[in-house]
Amino acid sequence: MISLARRDILHSWGKFVLTGMGLGLLIGVTLTMGGVYRGMVDDAKVLLDNSGADLWVVQRETLGPYAESSSIYDDAWRSVSGMPGVETAANVTYLTTQIRRGGEDVRAMVVGVSPGVPGAPGRPGYLIAGRHIARSHYEAVADEATGFRPGDSIRIRRNSYTVVGLTRRMVSSGGDPMVFIPLKDAQEAQFLKDNDSILQQRRRTAANPSLNRPGVPGLLDGVIASQSGNPYVNAVLVRLLPGADPEGTAEHIRRWMRLEVYTRGQMEEILLGKLIATSSKQIGMFLVILAIVSAAIVAFIIYTLTLGKIREIAVLKLIGTRNRTIVGMILQQALALGILGFLIGKISATFWAPIFPKYVLLEVRDAVTGLGAVIVMCVLSSLLAIRVAMRVDPAEAIG
Amino acid sequence: MKKGSTRGRTLPIAAVLLPLGALFVYVMMNSGPFAPVSVTVTEVRDREISPALYGIGVVDSRAVHRIGATSPGRLLRLDVHVGERVAAGQTLGAMDPVDMKERIEAQTAAVRRLKSVVAAAGARVSETAARKEYAETQARRYENLLKTKAVSVEAADAKRQERLVTAAAWSSAHADAEAARAELARSEADLKALLARKDELVLVSPVDGLVASREAEPGTTVVAGQTVLQVVEEALWISVRFDQASASGLGAGLPADIVLRSRPDEIFPGSILRIEPLADAVTEELLAKAVFEKTPSVLPPLGELAEVTVRLPALPEGPVVPDASLQRFKGRVGVWTMENGLIAFRPVTVGRRDLNGFVRILEGLSGGERVVVYSMKALTPRSRVKVVERLGGDDA
Repeated sequence: MISLARRDILHSWGKFVLTGMGLGLLIGVTLTMGGVYRGMVDDAKVLLDNSGADLWVVQRETLGPYAESSSIYDDAWRSVSGMPGVETAANVTYLTTQIRRGGEDVRAMVVGVSPGVPGAPGRPGYLIAGRHIARSHYEAVADEATGFRPGDSIRIRRNSYTVVGLTRRMVSSGGDPMVFIPLKDAQEAQFLKDNDSILQQRRRTAANPSLNRPGVPGLLDGVIASQSGNPYVNAVLVRLLPGADPEGTAEHIRRWMRLEVYTRGQMEEILLGKLIATSSKQIGMFLVILAIVSAAIVAFIIYTLTLGKIREIAVLKLIGTRNRTIVGMILQQALALGILGFLIGKISATFWAPIFPKYVLLEVRDAVTGLGAVIVMCVLSSLLAIRVAMRVDPAEAIG
Repeated sequence: MKKGSTRGRTLPIAAVLLPLGALFVYVMMNSGPFAPVSVTVTEVRDREISPALYGIGVVDSRAVHRIGATSPGRLLRLDVHVGERVAAGQTLGAMDPVDMKERIEAQTAAVRRLKSVVAAAGARVSETAARKEYAETQARRYENLLKTKAVSVEAADAKRQERLVTAAAWSSAHADAEAARAELARSEADLKALLARKDELVLVSPVDGLVASREAEPGTTVVAGQTVLQVVEEALWISVRFDQASASGLGAGLPADIVLRSRPDEIFPGSILRIEPLADAVTEELLAKAVFEKTPSVLPPLGELAEVTVRLPALPEGPVVPDASLQRFKGRVGVWTMENGLIAFRPVTVGRRDLNGFVRILEGLSGGERVVVYSMKALTPRSRVKVVERLGGDDA
């Protein structure tokens, strides 16, 4: 019985393998699309994981720091550190910008972190080369996806930074690689205007008669100095003591510091439910359609393969083969084709996933689901084919 | 024959299925959750580290003299330009004297007039003195004549009264002369004050130095105390700021390397002159002054940014790890140690670090352990690891 399917496959081995490959590439595309979707969600989650924070303290009535811009005074962390349940609090700034690498632009998220403290929230957790930031100015740790190497020089706004370390999978919710620089430099990079704007601002201030009074020397200088200061950061990352209640501490900070606080769950909700909601739905929608189309194509291929053998089936019937044997043959062929296709699909998806510019996460769970779906589709479509095969008139073999 | 044909077809099947199966196994083992995490390891060694502090600052002059008018007025002229060297006492410019010359002339005339008044008063004193002396002589004479009854009592009384009147006139003239002299002294003092004020209208350099800026141009009306010129002494230092969190060990006299922003490839040796007693509470930085060992031949402009690296004395030997190996796991800072291909987390207490990324371990490691430095993923105790030479980058 088993030999019937095998022999038929062997009979048209080339055709079988080619069909399997076509099917496999299609399954590969579907798996990749699933990976693109998972990667997108993972980018958002990994951003939260990498920040190492339990709470995010941001400006009131904003969804900062990732989904909306937020700015709070840079000494707020001290008061936050004193709140019950807080282990450490650290200032952080985020700035998505284009930075130049050689002749081309790299889109990156520049993160300002307090240098020197190992394991402080906001700092990259692990490196793949080099070292962490040791100086309080002009050093950077870059994600490997930026293409920088240790020793390279990055120019961000007015200053150049020496890359001292590389990290991996440190991305923004949009998948842009991160570049970590010391906090004070990052504050400057974020809020300091370019030299032309500063000059224009000075000129404008000087032209304002109420700020440049002839009888009050020094007033203009004072006003200009106050305009060029920057005591702001985007958020304070808070790590809680083991066993502390996140919501309790968050409520305390909200109530007494008049700042907005998000817990890990709320932040995930903001990122997944608001920030990447439409783009992930877009990909998700496409994934659903692709899956349906793939399923339909798998079904059609198996159906037509069986229909192509209708004459042979008639002959089998004519020579008195039992129906069970014929059903088994069709089913086994379909399953063999499906499994071959799945193997090729999984292999090809794994090989081309790293080439994608953004992260593609191929989860085992998705692969198993995919395999299950392929098998179900094969069985369903072979059932259709079996129905046709059962109805075939043995006379067709000779007619 | 049937068997033979089947066997003949085994080869193409094997040619497709075997590589495919092998590839699938390879793919499953090298990607996804079953894949080992590539790591690099290093041995914890005892060595000494030389911590260093890093700060940035601006080039400053030790003393800046802001020269300006002491009274409001219009700037008449400036004799020096920015960048010129000036000597102590050199005239740099002048304020418009407006009516100063006329006022001095008026005052001089007033002094002259008062001198005449004093002379006239002196003459009046002489005159009244002569009158008084004559009247006294007459009075004495009539007194004697009255005793001999040669003159009438009335005549003698008249002479006595004349003596009193002339004496009073003399006193009055004397007082007038005193007043005139005092008036003259006052007037002369006024004149001196005016002349001093006239000297004050001239802007003079108090020191040998360099003109750093001209903040008002001739014709500008300036208020009292407004800076017109800045003269700096050519002794430079650098006002450096160090992050308070990483400034332990900073002290006066430590050697420092100074790099100017405009000359990034040149390192100027220097030292820390002093730590300012007041720190900046807003920026959370310590302030210090660093000086060049030898002033650069081309003076850097004041206000130029400079990077200052202070080398601290080397610490005694002890276990040292690269800072990339310090990771956080379950709320504790530690390292992943590697034994027989398995990794385990070991919490450590961290000491000083240097600027090359090496950290002294105070507790938790004794030296000789192999610890994970770089990893492709965050590690957990269940991670399967594969030790490789390097992961990425050029100096891994």
